[in-house]
Amino acid sequence: MEVKQIKNGVRTENVNVRDFVFNNITPYHGTHEFLVGPSEKTQKLWDICKAATQEERLNNGVRSVDTETISTVSAFEAGYIDKENEVIVGLQTDELLKRTMKPFGGFKVVQKALSEQGVAPNENLTNLFSKYVKTHNDGVFDAYTSEIKKFRSLGFLTGLPDNYARGRIIGDYRRVALYGIDFLIASKKADLANITGPMSDAVIRLREEVSEQIKALKEMIELGAKYDLDLARPAQNAKEAVQWTYMAYLAAVKSQDGAAMSLGNVSTFLDIYIEKDLQEGLITEIEAQEYIDQFVMKLRMVRHLRMGAYDEIFAGDPTWVTEAIGGMFEDGRSKVTKTSFRFLNTLYNLGPSPEPNITILWSESLPQNFKDYCAKVAIDTSSIQFENDNLMRENRGSDDYGIACCVSYQALGKSIQFFGARTNLAKTLLLALNGGRCEFTGQQVVNGVPEYTDEYLDFDKVMANFKIAMKEVARVYNDSMNIIHYMHDKYYYEKAQMALIDTNPSINIAYGIAGLSIVADSLSAIKYAKVKPVRNEEGLTVDFEIEGEFPCYGNDDDRVDLLASQAVADFNNELKQLPVYKNAEPTMSVLTITSNVSYGKKTGATPDGRAHGVPFAPGANPMHGRDKNGAIASLNSVSKIDYKDSLDGISNTFSIVPKSLGSSEQDRIDNLATTLDGYFSRNAQHLNVNVLNKETLLDAMENPGEYPQLTIRVSGYAVNFVRLTKEQQMEVITRSFHESM
Amino acid sequence: MTGGTEYDVEELVARALDMRSYFGKKGGVTVSGGEPLLQSKQLIPLFKRLKEEGIHTNIDTNGRILNHFTKELLDDHADLVMLDIKHMTEEGYEYLTGMRNKETTFTFAKYREESGKPMWLRYVLIPGITNKPELLHALGEHFKDYRTIEKIEIQPYHKLGIHKWESLGWEYQLKDARENTPEEIEEATKILANYFKEVKIN
Repeated sequence: MEVKQIKNGVRTENVNVRDFVFNNITPYHGTHEFLVGPSEKTQKLWDICKAATQEERLNNGVRSVDTETISTVSAFEAGYIDKENEVIVGLQTDELLKRTMKPFGGFKVVQKALSEQGVAPNENLTNLFSKYVKTHNDGVFDAYTSEIKKFRSLGFLTGLPDNYARGRIIGDYRRVALYGIDFLIASKKADLANITGPMSDAVIRLREEVSEQIKALKEMIELGAKYDLDLARPAQNAKEAVQWTYMAYLAAVKSQDGAAMSLGNVSTFLDIYIEKDLQEGLITEIEAQEYIDQFVMKLRMVRHLRMGAYDEIFAGDPTWVTEAIGGMFEDGRSKVTKTSFRFLNTLYNLGPSPEPNITILWSESLPQNFKDYCAKVAIDTSSIQFENDNLMRENRGSDDYGIACCVSYQALGKSIQFFGARTNLAKTLLLALNGGRCEFTGQQVVNGVPEYTDEYLDFDKVMANFKIAMKEVARVYNDSMNIIHYMHDKYYYEKAQMALIDTNPSINIAYGIAGLSIVADSLSAIKYAKVKPVRNEEGLTVDFEIEGEFPCYGNDDDRVDLLASQAVADFNNELKQLPVYKNAEPTMSVLTITSNVSYGKKTGATPDGRAHGVPFAPGANPMHGRDKNGAIASLNSVSKIDYKDSLDGISNTFSIVPKSLGSSEQDRIDNLATTLDGYFSRNAQHLNVNVLNKETLLDAMENPGEYPQLTIRVSGYAVNFVRLTKEQQMEVITRSFHESM
Repeated sequence: MTGGTEYDVEELVARALDMRSYFGKKGGVTVSGGEPLLQSKQLIPLFKRLKEEGIHTNIDTNGRILNHFTKELLDDHADLVMLDIKHMTEEGYEYLTGMRNKETTFTFAKYREESGKPMWLRYVLIPGITNKPELLHALGEHFKDYRTIEKIEIQPYHKLGIHKWESLGWEYQLKDARENTPEEIEEATKILANYFKEVKIN
């Protein structure tokens, strides 16, 4: 079968998966009633996986590690869970859940992670990486200025991908299935031939990169051969389409260990093949669901070697296999297919799970049956998140995009992003009150901020100082990003993913901020109440006395909500002024992952009354317990942040107790779907939905063995609750659980 | 009245407008209580304004007030009334609410029926107190010919409210009442389904 015979599908001269999907999709408007349960084979495999993940959890989160081999696309022999039951094959190594060394991000990190498991890398490797081979991490620290190092060690910039891989780049994994690798190699070779002089830095670099991509494609063919798959040619049927797509993704997660390695939006693409095989009577719904269940099972088994400290910023061992489902085409047709439902159905067939990180691209115009099913899945599993399709499609320009990591738009195969972690905006505000000095050490961090000695804080003066501090922090942040991405390209280039992306993609740099709600409430306190700083003998603020009331972010009160949206706009404007490596477009997110806990530790008392050490609210969330006017008021406050000021995403994690959504299942579904319509019609960007009672979480803390699959959305991703540390669990529990709308 | 926070009509309208995007096809503004009809007079301008804005209005009441302000609300401004029926006897009313309100509530229902506008009934199901088959049949018989009743919602009694009474220093009257078994809820649903278009369990 030639793919182009499907319908209008043309496998054009140029690689263009979007048009293939656009021309061949069978949108589905029906209900979920066609779905079937897991096949016997799937159940057998999943039982093995469950036992293995249980062993992993009981063994401090690691089941086995390899200390001999550098993991590359073609490293390791074929691995199986239970070969005779595997319809979709492929593991990262020759053994389930084995973690491997990918040392080009930083060898010391690999050594540390292994030593925490009581082992060490093979001596030859240690010798090589200690004496001869340079890594991304080495390169970055060769170039870092003392200023950047200071910002980093004092906690103004945190989680920077300078000792781990940046991730976020989404290969268009569908390309392998649609075109076969031979075609992709030919296409890249043609590109390479057209990249000619004069030989500037940029041209030389691009020629080297494309050459690397071609090598990666050849390695993918080798990877396929280990499993007796001929990836050189296009997939011929549904099973192969799933298998080929997975192999392409597997190539990425074998050779890279980026924090977030999204899958893209494969469900509707795969549906075209499945629909064709169903029409022709080659398969039944049982097989269709089996392919997807087994594919998703494999995605759940992806592992990377991480050191313990990594858990502070990315708790719960996430891999961010983010799959975007749904959304609309620009011509107004829905992209929802039966396979969109099949992906969601895995959360029943295999039980709830944080991975893959299923993200619904929500539009009011999606078929009502699909909206209702998504709401049902969210209520039943707390495993999925929602993003505003209309907003992203209209502002960013493509109707064929995935979500990088948690919340970030990325046009598939056409663009990439440079991950930028985040800066601590609350701590930046404290610079404004302390003459540019760190609130703990007194070290001068930024220059030009006047010393503040007044008895009470004056809003205008504070704002003027804050702007100076923001400008300086933005400058150093930008410096660090340019170094990091230069070095990552140089030492740990994502050749497998980039091989599946156009040769000269657009790039956005994904800056981020943390502590937004604290900044907003602090500014509100200064503006509407009287705030008296308590200073130590060095003149550093150690506490604040607040007289009077002030409005808090999260109550749909413009007085403070606009302070929040203005802070986002101000910092984004500072970042936009600064030139970026490879001419990337500056964008920003309001997202914390789970580092809101460690940020809290690294930030002194703030003028909103928050004590030193208290965790921040995650992402763009209002501070826990301060959003007192119900769920909708809280959502409204967040929706006021302008997406144009934060194009990389605005994360909101929302927890509601089941009964406040309604008394019957149908009421809860209706109300959640309506709430999502309402929230997104206000141009909000993202919503994590947890429908849970606090008591469930408390019980899971006591009896983790009984909740192996309890999943909770934290900040743009989900975690197995029982894999969080006690401290992180407590932080999740203290968040606002809305008891009323 | 004491306690609570005073709001201007326009403030409340502004808040409703702010939440309008979440109403969907079925949502709107519900006033509840306590007993919202204690403020019937003030509700008229609020409901008028909400109607001007095209917002659905709903009163959640036990129907123990029926003055000319209430009548105006029922006739002209309330798109929906959710009427709480406590019991089918005056004695039952007195036992549960401390007041002999049955007649007022039933007159209230009759008045709403005559307005021709939609009404839902609500009924708290308490084992041994309100769930006796003869009471449920009486409830059905009394209302079966009402054309305005779209559904009846059964609210199975639960004990979650006890701490509220205790925190107010009041003695909780129904200490001995227990929660319903699933069979009891099913039994009551079956009986009521003979009389009402829709029986919903909350």
